Amino acid sequence: MTTGPLTMDELAALVARDIPPGSYVNLGIGHPTKVADHLLPEAGVVLHTENGMLGMGPTAAGEEVDPDLTNAGKVPVTELPGAAYFDHASSFAMMRGGHLDVCVLGAYQVSAGGDLANWHTGGADDIPAVGGAMDLAIGARLVFVMMALFTRGGAPKLVSRCTYPLTGVGCVSRVYTDYAVIDITPEGPRISRTFGMSVAELSERLALPGLAG
Amino acid sequence: MSRTQFPSSALDAVAGTPDGATVLVGGFGLAGMPFELLDALIEQGARDLTIVSNNAGNGDVGLAALLAAGRVRKVICSFPRQVDSYIFDELYRAGKIELELVPQGNLAERMRAAGAGIGGFYCPTAVGTPLAEGKETRVIDGRTYLLEYPIHGDVALISAWRADEVGNLVYRKTARNFGPVMATAARTVIAQVAEVVPVGSLDPEAVVTPGIYVDRVVRVDARSFLAQGAR
Repeated sequence: MTTGPLTMDELAALVARDIPPGSYVNLGIGHPTKVADHLLPEAGVVLHTENGMLGMGPTAAGEEVDPDLTNAGKVPVTELPGAAYFDHASSFAMMRGGHLDVCVLGAYQVSAGGDLANWHTGGADDIPAVGGAMDLAIGARLVFVMMALFTRGGAPKLVSRCTYPLTGVGCVSRVYTDYAVIDITPEGPRISRTFGMSVAELSERLALPGLAG
Repeated sequence: MSRTQFPSSALDAVAGTPDGATVLVGGFGLAGMPFELLDALIEQGARDLTIVSNNAGNGDVGLAALLAAGRVRKVICSFPRQVDSYIFDELYRAGKIELELVPQGNLAERMRAAGAGIGGFYCPTAVGTPLAEGKETRVIDGRTYLLEYPIHGDVALISAWRADEVGNLVYRKTARNFGPVMATAARTVIAQVAEVVPVGSLDPEAVVTPGIYVDRVVRVDARSFLAQGAR
């Protein structure tokens, strides 16, 4: 237990440290994108972007900006030596065929059984947009979620059953949050690390059947 | 004599696009979007179109301009809602446009299936989600799959970097995205390119879309959409 909850940047550093060297990795839009800033070059992690590239480099700046070279969030990026381009069908075949080692996604909710909800609030006025989230959820060998553990109103986002529309069923391997890292195992969620909150306090606030420290 | 035609203008390239057509539109956001062909399609006037594209337009250019012109009945895409998709958002909320939301991998694979003569395929994407509703499921080796059908286009509008005089295409960086798969999936495939080079100038090992798929190629001046304030 550390002295306080982690910032999203500290959490990104933690995720980056847990990615095995040499992995092929897809980072989702939003907070997961920050993981790239903490990957050490000597780890040899290769980033995949679903719009058709392996070997994606950092965000482009100034003269480097090329409208033909963007990431999945449509932000201009750079290419690293050894990069490869391919079309969309190949990019998703790569993903859905189980060739990606890890993907890191944001979430609205994750269930104790590893169900993921991250694409749609289900609100009547909300225009749904799914992108590649459902493909990543079922395709990557390990699906890491990076999210705040509680909503702004204090409600847990790790829940016994997701109330938001699902992205994938039983697909999440591990949840990285500001207060704890939680592994989703066949026996239930297991708290592996905590930050600024004791296991007992976490268990009380999450009130999840089967949760163990 | 190549079967691929090289019309002299984008307007000639899109000639004959009928009302009610299903039009596959390349690009991921603005990268690889066939701006000139879309502008030409607005001028050509086809209406009641079904558009298949990853997004539903950005800013007020390209696909967004076609939507704004009221030519589109339905959009089949994976990610309509973006920071600059205000034209689609307004049409959708006003009930003036239909949306079929398709996971991005299914969007690509369904067009790949169309181009490869595949009548359908089973895929695990979206199992157990609202997007699985109404789809046939099958368990194969213990895993659940959904039956997905091909998406055929009447016309494909794509943007490539270079063509040679027999219609072979190469692309540039992530602007390749949906171009190669859309080129296989439509009856009439129309490509805009920045350059047309003589036969023999493209390395055959590097050709991405062979000319057999490409019906019409039009050269357009490379334009910087960054300078046009599209972002």
